[in-house]
Amino acid sequence: MASLDRVKVLVLGDSGVGKSSLVHLLCQNQVLGNPSWTVGCSVDVRVHDYKEGTPEEKTFYIELWDVGGSVGGASSVKSTRAVFFNSVNGIILVHDLTNKKSSQNLYRWSLEAVNRDLVPSGVLVTNGDYDREQFADNQIPLLVIGTKLDQIHESKRNEVLTRIAFLAEDFNAEEINLDCTNPRYLAAGSSNAVKLSRFFDKVIEKRYFIRDGNQMPGFPDRKRFGGGVLKNLHYD
Amino acid sequence: MSFLIDSSIMVTSQVLFFGFGWLFFMRQLFKDYEVRQYVVQVIFSVTFAFSCTMFELIIFEILGVLNSSSRYFHWKLNLCVILLILVFMVPFYIGYFIVSNIRLLHRQRLLFSCGLWLTFMYFFWKLGDPFPILSPKHGILSIEQLISRVGVIGVTLMALLSGFGAVNCPYTYMSYFLRNVTDTDILALERRLLQTMDMIISKKKRIAMARRNLFQKGEVNNKPSGFWGMIKSVTASAPGSENLTLIQQEVDALEELSRQLFLETVDLYATKATINIVFDRVGKTDPVTRGIEITVNYLGIQFDVKFWSQHISFILVGIIIVTSIRGLLITLTKFFYAISSSKSSNVIVLLLAQIMGMYFVSSVLLIRMSMPLEYRTIITEVLGELQFNFYHRWFDVIFLVSALSSILFLYLAHKQAPEKHMTP
Repeated sequence: MASLDRVKVLVLGDSGVGKSSLVHLLCQNQVLGNPSWTVGCSVDVRVHDYKEGTPEEKTFYIELWDVGGSVGGASSVKSTRAVFFNSVNGIILVHDLTNKKSSQNLYRWSLEAVNRDLVPSGVLVTNGDYDREQFADNQIPLLVIGTKLDQIHESKRNEVLTRIAFLAEDFNAEEINLDCTNPRYLAAGSSNAVKLSRFFDKVIEKRYFIRDGNQMPGFPDRKRFGGGVLKNLHYD
Repeated sequence: MSFLIDSSIMVTSQVLFFGFGWLFFMRQLFKDYEVRQYVVQVIFSVTFAFSCTMFELIIFEILGVLNSSSRYFHWKLNLCVILLILVFMVPFYIGYFIVSNIRLLHRQRLLFSCGLWLTFMYFFWKLGDPFPILSPKHGILSIEQLISRVGVIGVTLMALLSGFGAVNCPYTYMSYFLRNVTDTDILALERRLLQTMDMIISKKKRIAMARRNLFQKGEVNNKPSGFWGMIKSVTASAPGSENLTLIQQEVDALEELSRQLFLETVDLYATKATINIVFDRVGKTDPVTRGIEITVNYLGIQFDVKFWSQHISFILVGIIIVTSIRGLLITLTKFFYAISSSKSSNVIVLLLAQIMGMYFVSSVLLIRMSMPLEYRTIITEVLGELQFNFYHRWFDVIFLVSALSSILFLYLAHKQAPEKHMTP
């Protein structure tokens, strides 16, 4: 059979938030039975119908790259991680609804992924002083997913959801809140499933159907500082 | 009157240490986690504060600061508090947080944590029996009993860490220099890593597509269910599913390979970074050494030994204390990052506080050896009639054992490594 076109989506977040469970749920429609530590990067593939139900329907492969680790790690780990961040078409930011720090760290994760982290030692100067302009010209579609929804007590739910709504607005992204151990949240036809589908459609559109000056298929999105010249040796 | 002044000085310094421990906890240890139980942070800072106060008292002893009797009083007080924390509070809270993590025992967690603590106390007590650490004329709950046991554990720990460090340090530096990592090596490894990921992806695409096809076919055939449906599903899917399991096995092997490659790449980056740091440092010496050089050079041969011995011993003890505290904090931080997760962070921090407290108490025991005779008396007075010689011998024995076993361990690990690097 003819091979389909592909897009690459990163799944980023602190360790322990549930990225591996989420990816397993998205790709295999099953709950992950034995979550364990992700070393390096684990990839899974989801088959997605772009513009489902319309005459222009087309099937694509969506590669979900689940990159593990902590955002404040050693510089050697960060340099190695950066090798997975080439030619990214979309980013899913995952955070734990019960852990405020994990949502604050999303800013640093997103900066690391779009390679704005110019200081290679990993010491990030800003700490919560988030500047909206840094994301103004960001072309990569983002999606914010909050996990462990079931562990939030009813009384605190509103407060948490408001805070997350602000976070998603900062990223100019949609937000989904769910529990990775319950496939009901992503059941076909639910609002979450619609948001997810819309996000993937947007990623595919940006990659294949919109041609502006910056974006041409086949080239990496951003050159890397401090290694840009060397990195071009990769792609013959 | 002077006692009041002395006490206020001690209390202010303790508050300062407490603040430092608090900041260290917040900024370094727990910077990626959320502090939900402030008890943990308080306990950690308190342990740190009282441990540092002990060292402060030693320094005051050497310098002759403060009144002698108030020093003695504060020694005793400090020791009591530290023992209280190390033997009663921290183990109890460790048990409490472990039990809280287990969902089944959540209801009666106080009960179970008390049970855990009693078990700990039993083993802690039994620990003292085989060692000749006390003269038999002391009662059960005396300070000497508790300190002796805490001292044994702490000294064993210190010896293990020192032995391992003494062997590991030169080995790592040697291996870093011998390997001589270049940029092209790193690039080649990264390329292999990305190729492996591509292979994994293509296989997973096949699996996903095959599963989707089966699912779509299965939907059509699902309507006739029951006996015939079962037979049909067996014959229809048998060749397909066999293929899938084979591919899945290949994927598992490739994923294992990708993990290995990732770790090797991290290793190479770390080596490169260390080489840079070491080469940058060659020209500079640290300020203490430079200060001593200047002092020796400019003061000439006219050395008033008596005058300087006090200051030198102070400097020496100060250096030992500061470097050991700094080294301990750095090691704790690294260790904590390596093994903690959001669930177990509380337990691990408390374990670290326990280790830190025991380490400091045994440091006091061992530092007695490097102090001149006239300053040893206070420690001997306060800590009672412990057999200090035993501790020194025990330290040496464990140090040797630890160094030898780390040599063996590193040799075995090294034998496996060259095979890994030889595959193209």
